[in-house]
Amino acid sequence: MMYMCLGVPARVLNVESKGGLSIAKVSIGGIVKEVINASSEPIAPGDYVIVHAGMAISKIDEGEVEAIFKIWGEVEKVIESS
Amino acid sequence: MDLAARVKEIYEGYNSSIRVVEFINKVSKRLSERGIKAINIMDFCGTHEWTIVHYGLRSLMPKEVSLVAGPGCPICITPGLYVDYMVKLSFEGFKILTYGDAYKLPGTTNSRVKSLYQAKALGGEVEVVYSFIDVIRIARENSLKNYVFFSVGFETTMPAVAIPLYSNAVPRNIMVFTAHRYTPPVMKYLFDEVREVNLSGVIAPGHVSTIIGSSAWSFIPRDYKVTAVVAGFEPVDVLAAVLIVLKQLLVNRPALVNEYARVVKPEGNTYALRAMNEVFERVDSYWRGIGVIKESGAVFKDKYREYDAASQLGLKDSAVVEDVAPGCRCSEVVLGLSKPTDCPLFMAACTPENPVGPCMVGSEGTCRIWAENPPLLTDVELDHSILRKR
Repeated sequence: MMYMCLGVPARVLNVESKGGLSIAKVSIGGIVKEVINASSEPIAPGDYVIVHAGMAISKIDEGEVEAIFKIWGEVEKVIESS
Repeated sequence: MDLAARVKEIYEGYNSSIRVVEFINKVSKRLSERGIKAINIMDFCGTHEWTIVHYGLRSLMPKEVSLVAGPGCPICITPGLYVDYMVKLSFEGFKILTYGDAYKLPGTTNSRVKSLYQAKALGGEVEVVYSFIDVIRIARENSLKNYVFFSVGFETTMPAVAIPLYSNAVPRNIMVFTAHRYTPPVMKYLFDEVREVNLSGVIAPGHVSTIIGSSAWSFIPRDYKVTAVVAGFEPVDVLAAVLIVLKQLLVNRPALVNEYARVVKPEGNTYALRAMNEVFERVDSYWRGIGVIKESGAVFKDKYREYDAASQLGLKDSAVVEDVAPGCRCSEVVLGLSKPTDCPLFMAACTPENPVGPCMVGSEGTCRIWAENPPLLTDVELDHSILRKR
C-alpha cells in the first residue's frame, strides 16, 4: 500500500467534502481507505474507480469493458482478408 | 451470459488469453512471410513490465516479437541530487515525508548518507506515507512542525499535490519538493535520440493516460509512423496490445488505439489536468542517467511559491551526472538498450534489499521486477546462476 505507482480498482462507499477537498471512502478488496476524489466525472456509492497514490483518478466504465471483443472481431476480419 | 460472467471470462478465463496468443502467432507468421521478422514493442510502464514478467508473457511471444521494457519508472529517473537535498533537510529540523518507493532511492555517488532510509537510521526525520492526504493529516496534527513532501512521479501522482493546492486545502507548515516528470517528452526523446531501440510499437502507460488522455500519444503514429496502444494491466490487456500492434503492422497503418477504454478517455481527466496546469509549469529537466529532456519537468508556478521547497529553501536544480554508480546499467535498462541480466551488478552487488542502482529500488523498476519475479523465459534464456549468486 505504500507504493505510489500502483493503480487498483476499488468500490466507492461514500463521497463527502472534508477540509475543502472531496474525499471518497473506498473499499480496495475489503481494505477501507479515504482517498482524494480526483475523478472528472461524478462518482457515487457502488461505482468502481481506479485508485492511484491516494486518489480516485477515474471511474470504471462498465459499458466499455467489452471493447476487447470488438478488437478481436477486427483482427479476425484482417486475418481472413489478408 | 450476463455482463459480470462475461467480464470474468475475459479477464480470468484461460480461453481468452489462449485465443489472443493464437492470433498473435498467426499474425506474426503472416508478417514473417512478408519479411517483417524483428518486431520490437516497448512496454513503457513498469506495471506493464510487472504483468509481462510475473505472468511469463515473454515466453508466449513468437520469436519475431520482443517486448522491450521502457522508461516508465519515475523512481529510476529521479535525480540523486534531489535525494541529497532531502537527506540534508532531514537533519536540519524538517521532517521529510515521501512515498515508499523513494525511501531507499540512492542519492549522488559522493553522498555520505546513501538514502532517506539510511538518514532515518542515523537520526534524520523521515516518514513514509501512502498519499498526500496522509501528509495533510500529519501536518494538521503537528502544526508547529515543518514538513517537506518529496513528491516523485509522473502525471499520475501530480494531481495528488496539485488538487489540494488548487483547492486551497494545504496547511502552511507543508512545503513540497517536486521531482515530477511528464512522460510524452521522454517518448519523443526515445524516438529522436535513441534510434537503436528501433520500435515497431508502443504499449502506452494506462494510468498515466487516465490523467493525460489517450490522445496525448497521437504524435507516435503521426510523427513516427509507429502504432501506440493504451492498455490495461491484466495479462489479456497486454496480450491484446501486442496483437493490435501486429495487426496494424499487417495492414501497414500505424494507429493510436485505446484498449483501456473502460478507464481511459481520449481527453483524460480534465479536472486533474486543470489543477496541474494551474499549479505547475513545464521546464527542461534532468532525468537520472539519461540527461536533460526538453519540457519534461514540472515546477511550481510563482503563485504557489510559498509551498515550493525549491524556491523557499534555495534547492537549485542542476544536471548532476554523479548519480550513476560505477557498473550500474540502469540508464540503459530504462531506455530499452539493456536487460537487467546484462548488468554485472544484477543480483550480485545489487539486490532489492541492497539496491545499488535506482532500477532496483522502486516497485516499477525493471531490475526490481526481474529480481522478484524470475522470468520463465526471456528473449535470452535466463541464466539461473544469476539468481543463485545471492
